[in-house]
Amino acid sequence: MYDIASIYEAKSIDDAIRALKADPGALVIAGGTDVLIKVREGRLAGCRLVSIHGLASELAGVELRPNGDIEIGPLTTFRQVAESPVIQAHIPVLGEAVDQAGGPQLRAAGTIGGNVCNGITSADSASTLLALDARLRVRGPRGEREAPISQWYKGVGRVDLAPYELLVKIVIPKDNYAGYTGCYIKYAMRNAMDIATLGVSCLVKLDGALVDDVSLAFGVAGPVPMRAYSAEAAIRGLPIREAVQAIGKAALEDVAPRDSWRASKALRVQLVEELSGRALAGAARKGGAAV
Amino acid sequence: MIQVLQCTVNNRPVELGIDPRESLADVLRQRLGLTSVKKGCEVGECGACTVLVDGTAIDSCIYLAIWAQGKRILTVEGLQEENGDLSSIQRAFVEEAAVQCGFCTPGIILSAVEIVGSGKRYTREELRKLISGHLCRCTGYQNILNAVERAVEEARRFAGKD
Repeated sequence: MYDIASIYEAKSIDDAIRALKADPGALVIAGGTDVLIKVREGRLAGCRLVSIHGLASELAGVELRPNGDIEIGPLTTFRQVAESPVIQAHIPVLGEAVDQAGGPQLRAAGTIGGNVCNGITSADSASTLLALDARLRVRGPRGEREAPISQWYKGVGRVDLAPYELLVKIVIPKDNYAGYTGCYIKYAMRNAMDIATLGVSCLVKLDGALVDDVSLAFGVAGPVPMRAYSAEAAIRGLPIREAVQAIGKAALEDVAPRDSWRASKALRVQLVEELSGRALAGAARKGGAAV
Repeated sequence: MIQVLQCTVNNRPVELGIDPRESLADVLRQRLGLTSVKKGCEVGECGACTVLVDGTAIDSCIYLAIWAQGKRILTVEGLQEENGDLSSIQRAFVEEAAVQCGFCTPGIILSAVEIVGSGKRYTREELRKLISGHLCRCTGYQNILNAVERAVEEARRFAGKD
């Protein structure tokens, strides 16, 4: 038996927001793969929950909009994201990233919205969503607002979401994925059922052998998932081979990794430098470059 | 705090009172006596509690029983054939000596049911990934993999696909 004080099963998005407004101390539970573990460990023991697990018809699914934007319902499981024909055709790197979270059973239950809302730096979807500059549509009692993911993360486990707000859509604007190819590298001790020691996602748009545009983002390179803006600026316009050599050193300016029981700061610094180049090369190869 | 749960368990309709704080694993084991569902880590890491919910393998220890409302649940008890024989997937595990202490076996067999049911052909590497959510503390992974591979091949032959 879980140590839960109460659980309310929301009937709709608006019903969930109403319940959260009535009890701002309540937490949202979606797939349960994060919240229930924290309840079991005692960190969330005695919590009050609002379950949105049953709202798949409103909150799950991946859709290609007529304007080319891709909208992902936050209740879409990792597995549904990875298996989505829209994701496979247009943003395969996002499917590859979420396919590395946990193991098969976890990916069938855990949701991409939960991964975004729990604000954990090691979230496997986070660095790719950051590199894609996803927009997060949030609904509250007074209507909807849209926040860029670059301003979403506020601190360890904290995101720009009021207690009575609900993430209702993850939007990938067409301009942010069309023409780009991407690569996500998860460095962990095991191939499955492990948390990233470091995660890096790179998107690149090539102009022949030159880097036309690039975005680079990390998980576990700091307290929250982060973009490496100075590394991106440093390699724009460079020949791709040179860029692969230069991006790692440049990325060190952007990151702030720390020691943890999983890995030392020194290892993480080395991983940032090494994996940035590998991720850029991987992304560029998918774009047809010989690197 | 009692709620009524209506769902299908091993092809039989079930209606029972549950506490909304119960995991699906607890309800299956304690209220329905389906003890093939093992509780190992209880945090969704070992896969011993794996069951199929609407055909998809999930860890029932981190799945609230109330979420099973209206859904189809399958445990190993539901695999037995009408005459009491083991299913072909279970027989593959016996033939390949894939069972040691047996604690991880029911969970892996249910993942195998989903894998075999897809009707697809898999490389050994793909199969490794598909069962990577299961821990076998006896470390008998090679035989487990052989059994899953055998079950997939047998089903494809039976369906006339190979």
